[in-house]
Amino acid sequence: MTDTTSEPRAPAPDVAAPTGTTPPPSAAVGAAATAGIAVVALALLALLSQVHGKVAPWGIAGLAVVLGVTAFSGRVTLPASPLLRHLLIAAVGGALVLVFSDHVGTFSDFQIAQVAYFVPAVAGLNVLTGHNGQLSLGHGALMAVGAYTAAVLMTHQPHVAIVVLLVAAVAVTALVGAVVGVAAARLRGPYLAGATLALAVALPELATRYRSILGGEQGLSLRTLSSPGWLSPSFPPERWLAWVGIVSGLVILVLLANLMVSGRGRRWRTVRDDETAASLVGVNVPRTQVNAFVVSAACAGLGGALYGLANSLANPAAFTVALSFGLLTAIVVGGVGSLAGSIWGAIALVYIPHLTNSASDHYKLGTSVKGNLPLAIYGLVLVGAMLVFPEGIQGGLRRLGRAIPGLRPRAVERR
Amino acid sequence: MHRFIDLTLTGLTSGFVYAALALALVLIWRATRVLNFAQGAMAMFTTYVAVSVIDRGGSYWLALVVALVVGFVMGGVTERVLVRRVETGPPLNAVILTLGLFIFLEALAPMIWGGKTRSFPAHFSIVGIKVGSSHINLSPFDLFTLGAVVTVLVGLVLLFQGTNLGLRMRAAAFAPEVSRLLGISVGRLLTLGWALAAMVGALSGVLIAPVVLLSPNFMDAVLVFGFTAAILGGLDSPIGAVVGGIGIGLVLSYIGGYMSPDLETVGALVILIAVLMVRPEGVFAAAKQRRV
Amino acid sequence: MADRPLLEIEGLTTLYGAVRALDDVSFGAGEATITAVLGANGAGKTTLLRTISGLVRPRRGSVRFDGAELTVLPAETIAGLGVGHVPEGGGVIRELTVDENLRLGGLLRRERAGRGAAEEIYELFPPLSSRRRQPAFTLSGGERQMLAIGRALMARPRMLLLDEPSLGLAPIIVAQIMSLLQRLRDDNGLAVVLVEQNARSALSVADEAVVLNLGRVVKADAAAVVGADEGLRHAFLGF
Repeated sequence: MTDTTSEPRAPAPDVAAPTGTTPPPSAAVGAAATAGIAVVALALLALLSQVHGKVAPWGIAGLAVVLGVTAFSGRVTLPASPLLRHLLIAAVGGALVLVFSDHVGTFSDFQIAQVAYFVPAVAGLNVLTGHNGQLSLGHGALMAVGAYTAAVLMTHQPHVAIVVLLVAAVAVTALVGAVVGVAAARLRGPYLAGATLALAVALPELATRYRSILGGEQGLSLRTLSSPGWLSPSFPPERWLAWVGIVSGLVILVLLANLMVSGRGRRWRTVRDDETAASLVGVNVPRTQVNAFVVSAACAGLGGALYGLANSLANPAAFTVALSFGLLTAIVVGGVGSLAGSIWGAIALVYIPHLTNSASDHYKLGTSVKGNLPLAIYGLVLVGAMLVFPEGIQGGLRRLGRAIPGLRPRAVERR
Repeated sequence: MHRFIDLTLTGLTSGFVYAALALALVLIWRATRVLNFAQGAMAMFTTYVAVSVIDRGGSYWLALVVALVVGFVMGGVTERVLVRRVETGPPLNAVILTLGLFIFLEALAPMIWGGKTRSFPAHFSIVGIKVGSSHINLSPFDLFTLGAVVTVLVGLVLLFQGTNLGLRMRAAAFAPEVSRLLGISVGRLLTLGWALAAMVGALSGVLIAPVVLLSPNFMDAVLVFGFTAAILGGLDSPIGAVVGGIGIGLVLSYIGGYMSPDLETVGALVILIAVLMVRPEGVFAAAKQRRV
Repeated sequence: MADRPLLEIEGLTTLYGAVRALDDVSFGAGEATITAVLGANGAGKTTLLRTISGLVRPRRGSVRFDGAELTVLPAETIAGLGVGHVPEGGGVIRELTVDENLRLGGLLRRERAGRGAAEEIYELFPPLSSRRRQPAFTLSGGERQMLAIGRALMARPRMLLLDEPSLGLAPIIVAQIMSLLQRLRDDNGLAVVLVEQNARSALSVADEAVVLNLGRVVKADAAAVVGADEGLRHAFLGF
């Protein structure tokens, strides 16, 4: 039988409009198939985790790709409830990454941690811009708030539990986000971008001004995170950092994913699409805008705190306008509004500078080239994406998926 | 009192420069409904070009002309090649596009010219003129700055109000479809509008560089101030941009002088937020009916 | 009389999304002729004018003006060939003054200076004369329509496309405009394509008439013939 797929108009990112799919297998068969695949995957994973050397990481990566393709191809029945579905994907994904991290060197662990601290910030900005229509250039500054909160707390309470640290950073940044969000709620499009840009330019000056509390140019240092007692003493701290980051990132992604399919998420999108219509159906537009801003700020705060922990430092130079620009690039790269795309964006933010640094060293380009190459690339990516590829990587993958026969994405009703 | 006069004079001079940048933003907004976030970076770029002319032995005047010409070309090319494609789509795309250009230029400049802060020669004395027994905060270079911006303003007024080309440009900005029906090449005029605006922006960069020193980010604050001024005056109003620019220049000068120099950018931010919340269409917005 | 009509439309089909705004429309309009395009709302009349003047590209078909194929030309070029289009509502540029609007219209015409030509328009429309320096948004509806037509005439067009010029105007002014069109047709050989909802008044001045319904030509004939067809009038023209 042929699928008649009408090319869906994709007004909102990350909404796979219902397409024609092959008739779903009966429920029992589907569940059995899924269970079977899960068992096989776990067995493979267990096997790979015993193997040493390069085989393991590549094997795990390959397994991840196969599982990803299978999950999105529509041939397996994932749980209908969004929460369960997200938890399952997160659990499987998390397991893969955790085992992966066990088999790579500590430097790679650190890079995983770096990706992990960008994921919440990028994801938060993604839902704010993609699902609620507010473009903020100030999220780098919000990350700074999270980082500095963690640093200040750690300075005064050196042995604070990490969970408390993260929650505090989230709470404080959410509060700041509320204040900014109230002002931002009245602004649209370029006005909001301009105002948040002004915020990003002005905020670093505050750190230098309040030297005593915020450490001035030097910033504040954070105690390096040591792995907890129940792990072996030889467990590298970078790996623990990566694990903390991975778990935090997954928690955020699951929460955001559930939020986006819920009624609240729908309200955000309604406001994004047509404010007048939204208020006519009873949506409190300003409150929706502020809520969205607060949520995204909280995510940025978490990312900032993890950033501070990873680098053991919170200083003004790390949170310049360039960071906000990086976050903007990350959401465009991944596909504005796409949570899965946030991961791509975060990876890009870590690996583009890594690659350009290596290339600069290899080709002996000067320091001024080396330092600015990532930003130059971000600029080109943004311009190029607007001209050619407004949907980013995730959009591109989706289109690719649709183009391959037999590999239609599941009809996910997300509106 | 003396302090007040000094601060006022300084504020006026910088205010005129902010006015020039605000005017560039307004010209582009009126023509294409795009906020050119890259305007500051473009001006930075042309200023660096100017300084390399001087480095190679060129005169100040040659460097100034080169900066204006390069700015003109940059503006025109940007509209024709880049912005044209996103003019019709969702406004977010145009914002991201100009931001991307902003980021790219601010990264490209240090790759070409190095990132260190350096000076830009002023060609006129920057020492305050002597009035009576003391110096006031107005130097020959400040007078040149004021004169240059005023000349440009007068030129633009003459162009827009007094020539057929200016009439066409205004028509193309106000009513592009009807203008096409009248035989006006709207596309070409939009390109010209961007080119002119970028040229005005380039002027502002060259004028303020001697004061704030040249670095890849030196126009960031000026962009924020110019943006604030444009919003304050009303994005559709060129007069508003000029008055807004001068106003911002004065207010920031007083803040810096009476409170603290660190607070200038924060002050601009506060003004911006206040204007956006209270009267987003700007102080000078005429009670215009919405165009049918 | 020319051996072929000034305006020849053949098989014109224009789509808006999936909707066929124009469906295989064919007719001709000659020099020194007033052609009325009639039909209910949504019949495709405005789309027809917009396709001729180049604001909209058709999916299929051809529009030939004095032999030149218009469907491949940009709107600005088409205007330069002598096709004037007064859109619905007039399209007067509100922020510009009356004089500036007129001058704008005259820019197309190179042979004569704008000032003198504007005087002719002021003579045609005295109410405009006293408001030369006023911004166009201060004008009444009727004055704006006069300004729009005057502006189009500044370019000495060979063909004038008018979209509902009588909309919202007092009958006196409508009569003025209609008699002006007839004068221009007789004195200058102007071809007029007149889109009107008010079929009765249009038929009283027109020489030819084209009736559209849902994008298709229902009838194209002399105005008198169309006006006499009672069944047609009841079905598509509302009287």
